[in-house]
Amino acid sequence: MGPVDYIPRIRDNYARLGYKAYNWVVNRDTAPWAPLRKPLSQCRLGLAASGGIYVAGQVAFHFKDDTSHREIPTYVDAKVLRATHFAYDLSDARTDPNVVFPIDTLRRLVREGFLGGLADRFYTFMGGIYSSRRVIEDLAPRLTAQFLEDGVDAVLLVPV
Amino acid sequence: MGLVARHAEAAGIPTLCMTSARDITRACNPPRAAFLDFPLGHTTGKAHAPDLQRRILVEALSSFETLTVPGSMKELPFRWSEDEEWKAKAFAEGDDRTPRHDTPQYQNEEDRRRAEQGGVSPCPVCRSRRA
Repeated sequence: MGPVDYIPRIRDNYARLGYKAYNWVVNRDTAPWAPLRKPLSQCRLGLAASGGIYVAGQVAFHFKDDTSHREIPTYVDAKVLRATHFAYDLSDARTDPNVVFPIDTLRRLVREGFLGGLADRFYTFMGGIYSSRRVIEDLAPRLTAQFLEDGVDAVLLVPV
Repeated sequence: MGLVARHAEAAGIPTLCMTSARDITRACNPPRAAFLDFPLGHTTGKAHAPDLQRRILVEALSSFETLTVPGSMKELPFRWSEDEEWKAKAFAEGDDRTPRHDTPQYQNEEDRRRAEQGGVSPCPVCRSRRA
């Protein structure tokens, strides 16, 4: 069986519930491109994930077009990570956040020498932001500025 | 997430988008993507399966060094289960949509208490919490 087509399923589901139709982002241009400048084993990697992960003690995300982000220290113990989101089954993410925020996995890949290192902080936010304009004008530039400040060589992005 | 990827990449930062929703990611057309055919909520693996999580990220991250064409998507060689019954159910039963509250949605009350206490100190004059 091929991959699930989510666009029609989500469109039908929203229509059934009386929500306004979501305008999926469609880009037909050639995507921008920045080549990796050195081998992964020498790269400092950044991470941003949209699964609604926060650290216990931080203010949690809300469910209505929340474009805020949280900084997660790279050394954090995965046991204090929490998950909140409206669009996926949280049961696995709440017992093992690595399913949507692969922090232990990335630290292991650094220990093994597969990656050169990690940024000092990672970023999380909420997916499911209805307004693509707010992502383009606010969230994306804000995260990009953080990546530049952190001096990363590449960034892994993990949606849900 | 593809929009964040395109923005960062245009600023000179190489990016890789994981995805378990191939059609959504194709439509957004990020520079590099790695598709894992798992149910939503498992974009980087199964819970409590660290070796699988590691293999998934090694396969995915390797595409930083192998993909050369903008808009490429690598299909990762992992299956969620022998049968693919989960696909029939994915989103089709109707996610009844949690109400879209604009207040913080804590995983538990203890988190709420900690965040509300530990955040900003009350203003000594007006006794309210400043943002």
